[in-house]
Amino acid sequence: MRGSFGPILLILAGLVALWYAAAVQMNVKEVLTQAERDGAVITPASAAERRDAGRWGLVFGNLEHLGATWSSERSRLPAPHQVVAELWDSTWVEETTGRRGIVRSGSLSNRSLVYHGGVTLGATALGFVIGALAGVLLAVGIVYSRVMDMSVMPWAIISQTIPIVALAPMIIVVLYSIGLPGLFAKAVISAYLSFFPVVVGMVKGLRAPDHMQLDLMRTYSASKSDTFWKLRLPASVPYLFASLKIGIAASLVGAIVGELPVQRGGLGARMLGGSYYGQTEQIWAALFVAALLAAMLVWFIGWVERRTLHAMGVQP
Amino acid sequence: MDTEQDKNKMREQSVVKASALDLTFQTNDGPVHALKDVNLEIGKGEFVSFIGPSGCGKTTFLRCIAGLEQPTGGEISVNGMTPDEARKARAYGYVFQAAGLYPWRTIGGNIKLPLEIMGFSKAEQNERVTRVLELVDLAGFEKKYPWQLSGGMQQRASIARALAFDADILLMDEPFGALDEIVRDHLNEQLLALWARTEKTIGFVTHSIPEAVYLSTKIVVMSPRPGRITDVIDSPLPKERPLDIRDSPEFIEIAHRVRDGLRAGHIDE
Amino acid sequence: MMVLAALFIWVAAWALNVRLAAMGRTLLVPLIFGLTIIVVWQLLVRGLGVDRVILPAPTEVAATFADNIPTLWADFVQTILKGALGGYLMGVIAALVVAVLVDRYGFLQRGLMPIANFMAALPIVGVAPIMVMWFGFDWQSKAAVVVIMVFFPMLVNTVAGLADTTAMQRDLMRTYGASYLQTLFRLRLPAALPFIFNGLKIAATLSLVGAIVAEFFGSPTVGLGFRINASLGQLSLDMVWAVIVVAALAGSLFYGLLTLAERALTFWHPSQRSQRH
Repeated sequence: MRGSFGPILLILAGLVALWYAAAVQMNVKEVLTQAERDGAVITPASAAERRDAGRWGLVFGNLEHLGATWSSERSRLPAPHQVVAELWDSTWVEETTGRRGIVRSGSLSNRSLVYHGGVTLGATALGFVIGALAGVLLAVGIVYSRVMDMSVMPWAIISQTIPIVALAPMIIVVLYSIGLPGLFAKAVISAYLSFFPVVVGMVKGLRAPDHMQLDLMRTYSASKSDTFWKLRLPASVPYLFASLKIGIAASLVGAIVGELPVQRGGLGARMLGGSYYGQTEQIWAALFVAALLAAMLVWFIGWVERRTLHAMGVQP
Repeated sequence: MDTEQDKNKMREQSVVKASALDLTFQTNDGPVHALKDVNLEIGKGEFVSFIGPSGCGKTTFLRCIAGLEQPTGGEISVNGMTPDEARKARAYGYVFQAAGLYPWRTIGGNIKLPLEIMGFSKAEQNERVTRVLELVDLAGFEKKYPWQLSGGMQQRASIARALAFDADILLMDEPFGALDEIVRDHLNEQLLALWARTEKTIGFVTHSIPEAVYLSTKIVVMSPRPGRITDVIDSPLPKERPLDIRDSPEFIEIAHRVRDGLRAGHIDE
Repeated sequence: MMVLAALFIWVAAWALNVRLAAMGRTLLVPLIFGLTIIVVWQLLVRGLGVDRVILPAPTEVAATFADNIPTLWADFVQTILKGALGGYLMGVIAALVVAVLVDRYGFLQRGLMPIANFMAALPIVGVAPIMVMWFGFDWQSKAAVVVIMVFFPMLVNTVAGLADTTAMQRDLMRTYGASYLQTLFRLRLPAALPFIFNGLKIAATLSLVGAIVAEFFGSPTVGLGFRINASLGQLSLDMVWAVIVVAALAGSLFYGLLTLAERALTFWHPSQRSQRH
């Protein structure tokens, strides 16, 4: 992507501008109601008329009262700077000056997104490692055992077409009820969400060598394990990393959804909490931290991929 | 075509006219002179082959005629128009190195593709498909898909596609390069027969000396760095050419001259 | 006793599958495997006396399913047909239109695609609480989540597909003096079809995930996600499993239909051709 920096910035700037414009339109009714309560003259004057009026009509009819649409507290759509401020408050400010922050109490505050992000990250990472390892092992089994291939592979493919995340709340509730720790319950969901993409991708990768390459190994009378370590496994690396990227993103979704039924911390809990109490800024801030986590995790896999390929001598 | 009068007549009817043609590509390693000072005239009904090692600009020159590349200097005209105008006037059919048939269309559908774009009526389209498929000896394959045909048949279908809209110039860029020797001989013979029947002007890029000599009325020898013309040979071979003409002394003599031209271009470096 | 029977059936079925696999029965083997799991599940639950609030037996799930077909059908209509399918159609069409624009304008290609690639990897389902706040509890908010979820993978795939033409194919269209629209409809869109179907399949699963998860953030008293939450609250795990069966059937059906359409429309593509031989 040559010279894409300028266009990306321009489009991002456009999106932010659009966001500000949308904030005006989305918040105008509530803001005008508040302004009227404070004694301002609004057109049209009666609340009933305003309910039927178009939002944009209200915006252009009351230009002088719009300032609050970018600063009101319980807005339907907080402005970008409000979200940034919330992010800052619920991370740095909370930890350094808050009563329960790490500076004063010595442990992360349970009101800070650093803490909740960490909770989600822990479950995601644990689940991902379990799921990916199990996936690779099953893939090896499938490639080397015809029965396993024919028995399991169709179900692995079908499982990708169904919303298995629907199982998440049940797994959480059941595992909690038999006394397993919350981290483990969420990790189970993360694990099985990353498991199937890894199986399917890895099977494809282990089967990537073509007939000629396999025949070459046979002319050397190579053993099965030689063929595996020297041909199949190296050939599968690009497929493995492609499916790991999908898997880790799925793991994160699993951890977040796993935090919904039992409210014991994590980004999912923050989102649901914000939605209960109408704290939109809190939802948005949690959403941004989740996005950040996803970006970091995918970037991390990409980094390992580059290191691995480099060590294998692949030229970029 | 030995007399002065004949030559004049041909010049009047020249289809392609290039003078002092230059084309320089700007690359990261500095400018590349793909074509330098190329002068050539192609008369109506001629079969002109362009031969030379890779990088000599033979394909680039063909693409200039087709308006697919813009020259950076000099003049080129096709039927008295600029190549772009000629392209828009659908003056030529182009046959690429690979058949390039669309796999989602049948053979008939592929041949209809240019006809649809050019707005022929449905009845006319069907009539033309039948006619050109007969010309390339593929009658009855209309409803097959390209991937159900052999490489040689696919290339014949792509020639049929180029013939379908009756352009009087046919530009062919190593059309048989990817085929084996036996299929290629057969297609060369068929191409000559087709040329005799349709009296089209053909520009033909190849890197095979026997192919160039066997097919052409005029052989343009080119050499690389910068891409230029080193020799233009008018073939004295008759229009009727059975395959065994390749064993005749005349044939071998022209082949020698072509080989010498190629070698000279090489020593120049 | 039942536990021993379960073990025995497992070993016997596996041995049977080993022989069938050697004979190449591609349909029978996975079917036997699936059946064995259900039978073993049944026997273990009964034999070990597993509490029904932890894992109900398959027969219980089947009975609950049969008893609650009208309820489950209403949930299916609410979540799958309205929420998932409605959002899917809107999101996919929007992505197709934007993809054509991106393909046409290099500026969008350079500016928008890195953002879209980034977005495609994010846990977008997190916008669910916001959409519920904006569009209310009913299916509209679920469709909105689905629109955002399916948009980016669909866009990325379609743009990749539209770019998947060779220089020769494009030159060919130029020699015909073909217009932009003629090239789009006769070359780029057909060539992009395999990629478009790939995107459609990914989006199909995502749309179900989005519609169900969004209901966890608030819904009317109907819908698959609502039913899962409500049944969990009453500890009726058999009902939860019945809902999961509905979701699984819906997902497989959706995917199956897309696969059939793909076979019909991209029969010419090497990946489809090799399957037939």
